[in-house]
Amino acid sequence: MTSSLVHGEVMLAIALMTAVTVSLRLGGYLLMSYVTVTPRVRRMLGALPGSVITAAVLPVAWQGGLVAIAAVAVAMLAMLISNRDIVAVIAGSATAALLRLAGFAG
Amino acid sequence: MTPIVLSQVAFGIVFGTFAAQKGLTFVETVTMSGAVYGGLSQVVGLQGWPTDFTVSALFALMLATFAVNLRFFLMSLTFRPWLGALPPWQVYPTLLFITDANWLRTMRYRDEGGNDVSFFLGGGLLLWVTWVLATGLGFLFSSWMTNPKAFGVDLLIPAFFASLLIPAWKGMRQAIPWLVSGLVAVAVHHVVGGYWYIIAGSLAGAIAAGVIDDK
Repeated sequence: MTSSLVHGEVMLAIALMTAVTVSLRLGGYLLMSYVTVTPRVRRMLGALPGSVITAAVLPVAWQGGLVAIAAVAVAMLAMLISNRDIVAVIAGSATAALLRLAGFAG
Repeated sequence: MTPIVLSQVAFGIVFGTFAAQKGLTFVETVTMSGAVYGGLSQVVGLQGWPTDFTVSALFALMLATFAVNLRFFLMSLTFRPWLGALPPWQVYPTLLFITDANWLRTMRYRDEGGNDVSFFLGGGLLLWVTWVLATGLGFLFSSWMTNPKAFGVDLLIPAFFASLLIPAWKGMRQAIPWLVSGLVAVAVHHVVGGYWYIIAGSLAGAIAAGVIDDK
């Protein structure tokens, strides 16, 4: 298992993800004449990226306890100050590393 | 362009590291980045990555990918008035380079009166190459580390995601859907695993956005 370059089922999963994504990239242009994007639909689609992010992050922070919550909070603070995502990511993981070094579990 | 490329490098390295932790091989990781080419959907996909590739697990993966990348559909709509006169064999390959960053910079360029398609295509090619290379680099970087948790590597993705909310912030009213999404996700996470909490949360967020009126 570990020595092989690719696994059939993983490549199938990647192919399915690709098919979905490519259809979305081409689909809007293709269906332009049949679709009416109302302000409500635009608003709902506009809220999606941020909603996906909180849906993905909050349960992880919740379960990860103090270390995860501190890492996420410091990353957001660093972003607010520096406006650079590289700085935010490094500050967030460094916080987690330091807390673990200090003996905090999680 | 430089800040976009730099942040693409950072995100690519983070994703490559994450993929290695999740047990993907180098070839699988780079293939996913090159073919799917949507960082957010790749991370979400890996977050609930199945150990058993049953039909229902693959269906949930497709549904999660659909929910996360639905915004590409909306971006694709905006190309019809611009590229409508070009032959389809030129248009469709071009549309494959739709990403958040490339679309946003192109919209700004169009607002300023630009009309050259190579602005979108050239930027897209550069960002694609950057993304694939950075992913590979992140994968290799992660395999050097014996104890990634000691360096906080497992929290790179949550930290990166949370930092993305800062520039996306447009006020309390626009943030209500995010809060709804996060709370629903936490609740569903307690009941079922897989991708369902991400799908349920995102959907609840979108519905909340639809219910709240524009002011």
